[in-house]
Amino acid sequence: MILHPGILALLGGSLIVVVMLLYSSYLGIRILRRWDINSSSEEQLSLERRTYLLSTMMSFVLAFEVLSIFLFIYTADDLHRQFVGAMCATGSLNANPAGWYVLYLGILIFFLSSLWIGINYIDQRTEGFPFVRFKYGFLLVITPVLIVKTYLQAKYFLGLNPNIITSCCGALFSGEGRGLSSSLSSLPIRPMQYIFFSVVGIFIIMALVSIKTKRTRLWYITGVMSLVVFIISIASIVSFISLYFYEIPTHHCPFDMLQGYYNYIGYPLYGSLFSGTVLAMLASTAEILKKKAPSNSNIERYQKKWTLVSVLFIIVFVSIVLYPMVFSTFTLEGY
Amino acid sequence: MIKHLKILEFAISSLWRRKFKNLGIIFVFSLIIFVLSSILLLTYSFKKEAIAVLEGAPELIVQRISAGRHALMPVEYMKKVEKIPGVGAVIPRLWGYYYDISTGGNYTVMAEYSGLKDLVNIMEGGFTGEKGTCIIGKGISDARFAGIGSIIPIIGADGKVRKLKTAGIFTDESRIITNDLIIVTPDDFRDIFNLPDNMVTDIVVQVYNPTEVDNVARKIKKILPDTRPITKNEILRTYDTLFDWRSGMVLTMFLGAILAFIILAWDKATGLSAEERHEIGILKAIGWETSDVMELKFWEGLVISSLSFLTGLIGGYVHIFFFGASVFSPALKGWSVIFPEFHLMPYINPYQIVVLLFMTVIPYMAATIVPSWKAAITDPDVVMRG
Repeated sequence: MILHPGILALLGGSLIVVVMLLYSSYLGIRILRRWDINSSSEEQLSLERRTYLLSTMMSFVLAFEVLSIFLFIYTADDLHRQFVGAMCATGSLNANPAGWYVLYLGILIFFLSSLWIGINYIDQRTEGFPFVRFKYGFLLVITPVLIVKTYLQAKYFLGLNPNIITSCCGALFSGEGRGLSSSLSSLPIRPMQYIFFSVVGIFIIMALVSIKTKRTRLWYITGVMSLVVFIISIASIVSFISLYFYEIPTHHCPFDMLQGYYNYIGYPLYGSLFSGTVLAMLASTAEILKKKAPSNSNIERYQKKWTLVSVLFIIVFVSIVLYPMVFSTFTLEGY
Repeated sequence: MIKHLKILEFAISSLWRRKFKNLGIIFVFSLIIFVLSSILLLTYSFKKEAIAVLEGAPELIVQRISAGRHALMPVEYMKKVEKIPGVGAVIPRLWGYYYDISTGGNYTVMAEYSGLKDLVNIMEGGFTGEKGTCIIGKGISDARFAGIGSIIPIIGADGKVRKLKTAGIFTDESRIITNDLIIVTPDDFRDIFNLPDNMVTDIVVQVYNPTEVDNVARKIKKILPDTRPITKNEILRTYDTLFDWRSGMVLTMFLGAILAFIILAWDKATGLSAEERHEIGILKAIGWETSDVMELKFWEGLVISSLSFLTGLIGGYVHIFFFGASVFSPALKGWSVIFPEFHLMPYINPYQIVVLLFMTVIPYMAATIVPSWKAAITDPDVVMRG
């Protein structure tokens, strides 16, 4: 099951990224051990130069991981025709349990590498690179996650057995008794709607209050809230948001909305949610860094900017969610 | 924002200053993308075409298997299948292959059956149902220069020649299914192939409720253990896997080419001329930072790969959909003397583009990171001193 163009592309690309991260980690360890900003030795100069290489590589890794989440879902969706009972990407992911973990790890890597790039951004714009050790310690956390993801991805695709016609009889007998569930179980709709809108409301208020008062504790709460918003939103997409886009009360698939049939609405939907979450998390991570930084002014400016943009993204996300709920003729009164 | 655009502008002008070196890379890169995009586009349209054809196929076909091989089926089997609840009509089919010595092609010979007319109703002339007449596909009509009323000689199982009169020809639209097809009457079919009256090739089972097809298939297998029920969905799944496998196979064969190109890109990016090093030195001396030079190199790479990507993709599209994939179709389509000449439906989706990006642009960008960093850390005074 490996000779599929999408699978070849995913596995090949992942290998490139793993090699890059391994090299980065090697450099990271060297930097962690030898870094001395006050020294003017040749080694320190060479390490300082290598930080440029590392930040470029990490941007590449981030860009790759974002694309690779979508390509993974697309590939799973493209494969669904080959499994009995699968109707979209959900069915293909159910065909081999490793698939879901690949998706979760992909999202985790997206968050981690975005945070890394954010920290790097602050670091390069602060005098004396104060976060170098923090940054490269963090990099050593990302690398194993990526390696595990690449391994699981390979395991997932290698473990897929399409139900094709065999020479003795039709495939449906070889797979007898092992049907796929092609849908996700979902949370009750009404309570989910209340929770979703209140959580988003609380997040926006918290974020705005943090910008105003600049209290450390509030920044942390905003960061945690953004994570809660993210989880609740994903649960809500499965529970009720998807229903409004598909206009079918039983269709809970979180992936189908990426298809052209639904006007690619999934891209702005997920794009705004992911960007909003990651920026708010970044703003609260910056709060941790602030203690170590020599002058706080710059970091506070970034924090404010990121939080504002994050709130904007979440508002865009909620507007996309609300649009079909308000304007379409589809209602969920019976549910 | 303006700063980044300015660097992009500088990157484009610096590419233009070294146009011959860069055009070389763009040419090779486009060629690679052209090949890969042709393969992807071609297999996807084959897949589409095959699925479209199978839409009209019967939901459930039952064949008899004897000693692991497809065998003739006794007519009594039909009665047993008919008794299964939920089964509508059970239609016997007679079909086979005939090797024609004069044209060197294999024809598919099929006896007329009741559901056939709905499947392929596009034809010139018409089916009379008279003994000794036939309908032929466009491919056979072209190969034999046969029109309506022409005689098609067929050598039977006993070695004697039957002369069939052409009563109709299938038109171009249904070419992919009817190209090599000859439809004869059931009596003629039995006569040509010397088939006993109580035997048929396979049977088509109509199931009233489409969600019950698998259950009916299971029951048939239980009642008649020596049969093989094949559902339409299974055929679709198998085709899907088959075409994925074929394109993956051909892509793997071109993996070497991609690798070679990456080495070329790495080499070209590393081997900076003295003039280029001088230029970077001057840029850094007048205040460019290492990150700015790296951004410049990034833009250069992006411009080269976008240009090549678009050229290659458009080239592949034109090759597949306007020139009928003349280069690759023999490898991907299969082999036959009489093969339908068809124009593929233009079909392209974001998935193919992303796959193509992953296979070409991402390795290219990855290969240029280290060389461009090497270029960017150049010390201005070392370079300018020579």
